[in-house]
Amino acid sequence: MLFLAYSAVIFSFASGSIALVHVFKPEVHQQWVFWLLGLSGFAAILAGVGGLITSQTYLDTLNLGLPWLPWHIHFDSLSALFYLIIGIAVFSISFYAPHYTHAMQKDAQGFAVLSLFTGVFIGGMLLVLLADDAFMFMIAWELMSVASYFLVAFDHENSANRRAAFLYLLMAEVGALLIILAFGVMASFASDFTFDALRASHLSTMWMSVAFILALMGFGMKAGLVPIHVWLPEAHPVAPSHISALMSGVMLKVAIYGLIRFCFDLLPEVHWEWGVVLMVIGTLSAVSGILYAMMQQNLKRLLAYSSVENIGIIVMVLGLSMIFLANNYPELAALGLLAALLHAFNHALFKNLLFLGAGIIHHQTHELNIDMLGGLIKRMPKTSFLFLIGCMSISSLPLFNGFVSEWLAFQTALRVDVLDNGVLRSLIPVSAAALALTAALAAACFVNVFGLTFLGVPRSRHAEKAKEINDKSMLAAPAMLAGFCFFFGIFPSSILHLIDNVAKQLIGSNLPAQSVLSFFSIAPLSAQQASYSPPLILVGALMAAGVCFWVLHRKLKTSVRIAPTWDCGFGGLTPRMQYTSSAFTMPLRRIFSPAFLIEETIEKTMRSHTQTNVEQVRYSLHIQDHSWIHLYQPVEHGVNRVAKQVGRIQTGNIRTYLGYSLATLILLLWVVS
Amino acid sequence: MNGLMAVVQTALFVALSPLLMGFLKFCKCWLQNRRAPSFLQPYRDLLKLTYKQPVISQEASWLFCVAPYLIFTAMILAASVVPFIAVDQPTSAEADVIVLVGFFAFARFFLALAGLDIGTAFGGMGSSREMTISSLAEPAMLMAVFTLTMTASTTNLSGAIEHVLQEGLILRPSFVFALFALILVTMAETGRIPVDNPTTHLELTMIHEAMILEYSGRHLALIEWASALKLMLYGVLISNIFFPWGIAESFTLSALGYGLLAILGKLVFLCIFLALAETAVAKMRLFRVQEYLGFAYLLGVLGMLSHIILESTR
Repeated sequence: MLFLAYSAVIFSFASGSIALVHVFKPEVHQQWVFWLLGLSGFAAILAGVGGLITSQTYLDTLNLGLPWLPWHIHFDSLSALFYLIIGIAVFSISFYAPHYTHAMQKDAQGFAVLSLFTGVFIGGMLLVLLADDAFMFMIAWELMSVASYFLVAFDHENSANRRAAFLYLLMAEVGALLIILAFGVMASFASDFTFDALRASHLSTMWMSVAFILALMGFGMKAGLVPIHVWLPEAHPVAPSHISALMSGVMLKVAIYGLIRFCFDLLPEVHWEWGVVLMVIGTLSAVSGILYAMMQQNLKRLLAYSSVENIGIIVMVLGLSMIFLANNYPELAALGLLAALLHAFNHALFKNLLFLGAGIIHHQTHELNIDMLGGLIKRMPKTSFLFLIGCMSISSLPLFNGFVSEWLAFQTALRVDVLDNGVLRSLIPVSAAALALTAALAAACFVNVFGLTFLGVPRSRHAEKAKEINDKSMLAAPAMLAGFCFFFGIFPSSILHLIDNVAKQLIGSNLPAQSVLSFFSIAPLSAQQASYSPPLILVGALMAAGVCFWVLHRKLKTSVRIAPTWDCGFGGLTPRMQYTSSAFTMPLRRIFSPAFLIEETIEKTMRSHTQTNVEQVRYSLHIQDHSWIHLYQPVEHGVNRVAKQVGRIQTGNIRTYLGYSLATLILLLWVVS
Repeated sequence: MNGLMAVVQTALFVALSPLLMGFLKFCKCWLQNRRAPSFLQPYRDLLKLTYKQPVISQEASWLFCVAPYLIFTAMILAASVVPFIAVDQPTSAEADVIVLVGFFAFARFFLALAGLDIGTAFGGMGSSREMTISSLAEPAMLMAVFTLTMTASTTNLSGAIEHVLQEGLILRPSFVFALFALILVTMAETGRIPVDNPTTHLELTMIHEAMILEYSGRHLALIEWASALKLMLYGVLISNIFFPWGIAESFTLSALGYGLLAILGKLVFLCIFLALAETAVAKMRLFRVQEYLGFAYLLGVLGMLSHIILESTR
């Protein structure tokens, strides 16, 4: 198994270096980059599935890095699950990227940069999953972060992108520092940096809480939890679409992996208070993530905000699991963990699908503003169908995969009455209701996205001239992901069986013995308490729809008349009369107005003499994130102010600098003596 | 045998739903001093629509034609899950109450997309409002439902109803709160008067009608039937969860007959109540709806809290 895991890493690094070789030796074919990427993804899928089925821990030591600090490697069920997630994403991208990057391939150097850092980025993510000591974990983590910085900055001619990339690097490094500190707290009570030693360390509850908070902030910064999420919607959309897919769909999951590894595996015990912290932050992220997502016009930005929402759901359910674990209900904790991990898996599938879909739209129309699109369902039927499946999955509609994880999350939250603590008993149902609100808002948001992008009449020339993509392999990637979304929606037990092994490894407990995870139906606690059987529902739906269709079409055989849209007799329906996204979301914006900082201006130009006739109206809407104004900007100003104070010692006068040297020298002499 | 029972029960559910609409209209007319059409008028309307030639806009895509079938199917599936005449319906195990809410969400998703498909302002207006109202109503509904499922410690509807039957007639404060929350949500979700007016065609006020404005012929018939089904689903849900007495607990002929009479009686009572409410209350402004649904949510939370604080065994 380790062989497969290593080969996935090596193939991804090789894919990066091949592009570099191509710059110097043009006879090396550029397509090798993608073949190696595909191999890497395939190996990761095999390693992931194999690791999950065998559910063993494979250990190894590599003599890399510093001589007295070899790299410790482990590959257990948790790593295997995330290997599978990364593998599926990378595999799908290897089909998608050749055509998508076609224009970039002409510029060999630019392409080499893109491919090199893509390879390093993927290899870094895989190494994070393999790390068994804090030292290697941080090296891999930094590889991942720094490589992805270059990917965000890939389109660096645009100054906004440079700014986003800088913000991203800054936040990634601050996050990494916090993670190092968290490991440092643990390691100071342990003999060395290996995870085994950290697990065995004896910390007081206070120090454990400190480590937990540091880790939560560090990993939360990477995962994009509210209120430290602001970099995410800036950075993810500016990278090329397949990279955005990897960042949003997969890299955030690596942060979740880190959080799970740290909290459920490394920390010797868990406390329910931590669970409450996770739950509250998760709920906040989920609700505000989707509210902000809805207000975006840029499709990729919208998808990035929706990642904040989904990460919020995952963290919230992890918090639930932790609460149950701390209260000694390991079976319910296993259920919560199952729901969280399944949602992580599902989110990777549908978010990748949607980002790749957005990439195809951008590729064909050069437009990402959903207010400028429309009518694509007729021009790009295949893409629109695949995108629809993604929208249905992310809106957690029954028969698709997003629903299963949400259903499991509700089932976990509803078992709250086993707990004794009154605060928890009233807090958890409220957060379950917030989860319901999130799901409903997500549906509204993706009705908005699909309706404005694909339905209606084209709102711009780009959209009107759009054509279906003719490259089969570029469609194959989202088609594969859509197929997975549907398959795991109908047969969730296939993946749940595997994830159950992860819960067994981390918590030491499976689902309750009465639970049913059969081919036909899933009942996580017992068949009496709750059951869901998507295959039977699908059969029922097909039967019902078949009967309707047969009666109405075969029996009655009335033809359909196609006519122009009724314009109420006034004439002249134009595409501009359609609802825009700011119109669509206006009621929700008004209802949830305290959640946003809204600047809305309406300028009216009156016809000169009579002040009654309006000649022109200008409407502008600007929505800002609260945490940008109230958290980031004060910190930024503070840092600037301190830097200015410190800058005073720079007088620019040589005598002052000589004086500094003298003072330092005297100080050192004094210290030494 | 049990499978056949489920199919028959679902078919009966679907077949009776227009009758409920007819009876509701009759009650409303009678209360408002108008002459009522026959109970069977909704059936005649549906029949007329199915024979009519559908007219479809040239801007419509395949989604516009497929959506009515998907919506109707989702409602049939929902009907197969809710215990109607007998409690121990075999199809109830397929899906629990959260999946039921999921079916509603599924139907709404496609209805809203169909509203946006033609590219007229009315469709977008309807879709936007519908999604807004439903995203506020769904948490309120789930809160109310969770109160029940926590009491019965199952989310399967059959199980929950059996639990209430076994407990006998106990006045639970949590159930009272949940009942009122669910009634408020029903009004909002089925487009009844304080939130939406099912008979309006005034562009500034319509929600449901705005989305389906472009539909005609058999497509319109399916959508109308689906909304009748939705009303009936909520009615049956309220009456069978809170007042399950009379529902058949075995599949004998007498129990089933008694069960059918019982549920019809409860629905008649609910219809009269709804007609009274719709006659007495005026439609509210769109931006008052959040207060209305916020109140429903608050009732749901109160129900949940009173269950946790007052009733729970620990």
